[in-house]
Amino acid sequence: MSPPGSQHKNKMALNSIHWFRKGLRLHDNPALREAVQGASTVRCVYFLDPWFAGSSNVGVNRWRFLLQCLEDLDASLRKLNSRLFVIRGQPANVFPRLFKEWKISRLTFEYDSEPFGKERDAAIKKLAMEAGVEVIVKISHTLYDLDKIIELNGGQPPLTYKRFQTLISRLDPPEMPVEMLTDTLMGHCVTPVLEDHGDKYGVPSLEELGFDTEGLPSAVWPGGETEALTRIERHLERKAWVANFERPRMNANSLLASPTGLSPYLRFGCLSCRLFYFKLTDLYRKVKKNSSPPLSLYGQLLWREFFYTAATNNPRFDKMEGNPICVRIPWDKNPEALAKWAEAKTGFPWIDAIMTQLRQEGWIHHLARHAVACFLTRGDLWISWEEGMKVFEELLLDADWSVNAGSWMWLSCSSFFQQFFHCYCPVGFGRRTDPNGDFIRRYLPVLRGFPAKFIYDPWNAPESVQAAAKCIIGVHYPKPMVHHAEASRLNIERMKQIYQQLSRYRGLGTRSENMKLTSSSVVFSARSVGEPRSNRKWQTDRPQRRWTAASAPAAAWYMTPQLPVWTEVRFTV
Amino acid sequence: MKRGRTGLKSQCQIFPSLGERAKRPKWMTPAQDWGNLPHHVVLQIFQHLSLVDRARASSVCRCWNDVFHTPDLWRKFEFELNQPATSYLRSTHPDLIQQIIKKHAQHLQYVSFKVDSCTESAEAACDILSQLVNCTIKTLGLISTARPSFMDVSQAHFVSALTVVFVNSKSLSSIRIDDTPVDDPSLKVLVANNSDTLKLLKMSSCPHVSPAGILCVADQCHGLRELALNYHLLSDELLLALSSEKHVHLEHLRIDVVSENPGQTHFHTIKRSSWEALIRHSPKVNIVMYFYLYEEEFEPFFCEETPVTHLYFGRAVSKMMLGRIGLNCPRLVELVVCANGIEPLDEELIRIAERCKSLTAIGLGECEVTCSGFVEFVKMCGGRLTQLSIMEEVLIPDSSYNIEQIHSEVSKHLGRMWFPDMMPTW
Repeated sequence: MSPPGSQHKNKMALNSIHWFRKGLRLHDNPALREAVQGASTVRCVYFLDPWFAGSSNVGVNRWRFLLQCLEDLDASLRKLNSRLFVIRGQPANVFPRLFKEWKISRLTFEYDSEPFGKERDAAIKKLAMEAGVEVIVKISHTLYDLDKIIELNGGQPPLTYKRFQTLISRLDPPEMPVEMLTDTLMGHCVTPVLEDHGDKYGVPSLEELGFDTEGLPSAVWPGGETEALTRIERHLERKAWVANFERPRMNANSLLASPTGLSPYLRFGCLSCRLFYFKLTDLYRKVKKNSSPPLSLYGQLLWREFFYTAATNNPRFDKMEGNPICVRIPWDKNPEALAKWAEAKTGFPWIDAIMTQLRQEGWIHHLARHAVACFLTRGDLWISWEEGMKVFEELLLDADWSVNAGSWMWLSCSSFFQQFFHCYCPVGFGRRTDPNGDFIRRYLPVLRGFPAKFIYDPWNAPESVQAAAKCIIGVHYPKPMVHHAEASRLNIERMKQIYQQLSRYRGLGTRSENMKLTSSSVVFSARSVGEPRSNRKWQTDRPQRRWTAASAPAAAWYMTPQLPVWTEVRFTV
Repeated sequence: MKRGRTGLKSQCQIFPSLGERAKRPKWMTPAQDWGNLPHHVVLQIFQHLSLVDRARASSVCRCWNDVFHTPDLWRKFEFELNQPATSYLRSTHPDLIQQIIKKHAQHLQYVSFKVDSCTESAEAACDILSQLVNCTIKTLGLISTARPSFMDVSQAHFVSALTVVFVNSKSLSSIRIDDTPVDDPSLKVLVANNSDTLKLLKMSSCPHVSPAGILCVADQCHGLRELALNYHLLSDELLLALSSEKHVHLEHLRIDVVSENPGQTHFHTIKRSSWEALIRHSPKVNIVMYFYLYEEEFEPFFCEETPVTHLYFGRAVSKMMLGRIGLNCPRLVELVVCANGIEPLDEELIRIAERCKSLTAIGLGECEVTCSGFVEFVKMCGGRLTQLSIMEEVLIPDSSYNIEQIHSEVSKHLGRMWFPDMMPTW
């Protein structure tokens, strides 16, 4: 459907722009194919705002990964006699000029489901309309059309993973990945490249963006589509060799960066999630000779999809205030404590080693994420998950807006109906995962001299042991910043209070006096906090009302929530 | 006044009270005069409004303002004391606090203070407490929403503020003072003035109280039905005092067991006979124990039959201890285990299923149980398990069941749909 005014353009020359944002790949890129289809010229652009690079909350590893992705794209495009155009500036400012200068009549890009992305794209679509440019958008960053999932759930995104899985199983399978862009597909389409392309539109270096790269160790996770495609083959090889698609048991090795790890590549779109999905399916069918793979096979992909779906219609998804799905928890504001956590100076080797790996390499195992997220929020420091989210945004290669915010809300028990009794111990959890402490020694060399017995709680080591390790706690390595037993005791009380207030409120509408909870549960959040449109047959017939953080009353406090009515504050008003 | 103008404010400014009705022009119909609504109607409406909205409405006219100050609307109040530097939440407005102290102190019956981690907030709470002189408070709660900031207040300041309420209220029924510097003398004051009415006392982690201090409360307050304290305050004498003939049935006893450093705290044991006396006296009592200990510190516990009903292990607990619990806790209703280790707990769980016939809720965090063992456990418990919260990683697939099959098998035995708890694997 061509916008008005396009008939004025020279019908013989169809000049198109493909706008890369995520989806930094040439394989499975339907929008890119649309750009090339029947076009005379095509230019692939990527926008970089140099001011943004300096001031944004994005660390050097993330920038480097991105630049490597762009270099890789450029190299791949060169093989097709094309180039990548890296444009300095903001899309809204620059597009009108480009439309004119290059006589553009078609703009294509991959659909971005995030609220900020949708807003930006709506504005660009408007600009394009005004300039008589046809806009083609294709979904390929997610397995499914997220709006369809939401529609199937009555207009609301599913807020439990189980519900999400149920909805998914009712949808048609994801669309097949489309072919890689090749010379044949390019056809007669060319890219006019000028002499000064490198200066004007070349991929910048880290130094040009203002980073000091002296002494920067080489990337543990090299960016780019080429690397991604190599990795996925390795990943599948390893799975086939194991011939076992079960969840792998966690061991010390799992904590280290793996050459088959894929999450950063999925985030930037160097690897198509649909390609991954179908390759997994094919492999499973080949090895198991079974035609229907279980949903758990795609666990990693589906979690990602789950968070994208939850976030797409919620511009406040990354906030506590004003976020309809987030519980208002009275987090503490404590910049000093936050800094210690972010800079790996908590005094807990398990936490500090993980945060060190994160800062140095840009990736940590998902259980390591649980450990540090729990420590920061509901476990020990009682600091807001929004702060942790910002630190991850800076340092974590695979953290995009939806998945990062969603995971933090999940891990801090701020949403998604999580049970909160399970607290990860900053000493015990690490010790059980890696009894020898090799992970600690690798990332915190100052603690190398400690024996396995004390490496997770070095403050308990006798002075002689500390001296022998040439590391005195409090001098060469910090003392623990909290007393874990005390902190977790306090915090579980807090969480209990909050959740019991919430579940109380639900009863308030129906029977205000008779407040007895059906189970005199010590710890569990009352199960009546469920999803409104969940299958009724799964839950009892208790009247259920959807709570929102906004509607919960400010001052509903009960003495012993789990017990008889007479102990409770009665509303005489 | 123009014809047709119906601005509320303007009407009420000109006609502030009912007494001046005669002066109103004839064209004004009663239906237009919001300020004339009957008192009880406005009160009903106000009860549906939040405090903020009510406060706004109260400045519309004198009549509404009067209703705003009806004693009934001020029986319950929660003072929120937060500083912007330490909390994301707002504070109760200081003017409102002043108004309450001035006009409504005598109406307050259910009062709570929620303070953030800043000492200033806790001090402000104490200041307000000191001014609640002419009160008949029934319920009092001091709640720290982040760090225990009441502990940073000078003990003298805190105690004197608290005793103002203890002395003046004389009808305190429920008190919640966890994590505060309350001491034995203040408890004596509490008891001297409120022994007939006291029903609930929550004072976990009050380090300045001694076993003698709490014993005094148990001895004098025979209506006490709920008590929460730390293990170091628990004594044989206390349990016997709570079981004396004059004492009502105890309904809820919560005990927090917290350690300082491994092996440094030795825990005294409670005689079996004391527990038995308690159960004889109060057969339905819930005994809730929260454990925050290192593994090696559990030695003194569960060696003999212990009538605990709800158990929470905030840190790792050993396989052996879970075995002991199966043997010695016949009244167990709820069991939550944060962590254990990497050896399967099949045997221990099955024994618990066998011997803890009242078990209705179980939660397992970082533990391991084989799928077959778990199915066996669920089969034995059957539908009485209303709460089954198992992290997905806990279940180890074996030759009989894998992860996909386990949920349908368990659902079958439970009589409802069940899934393990999940964590994002992104």
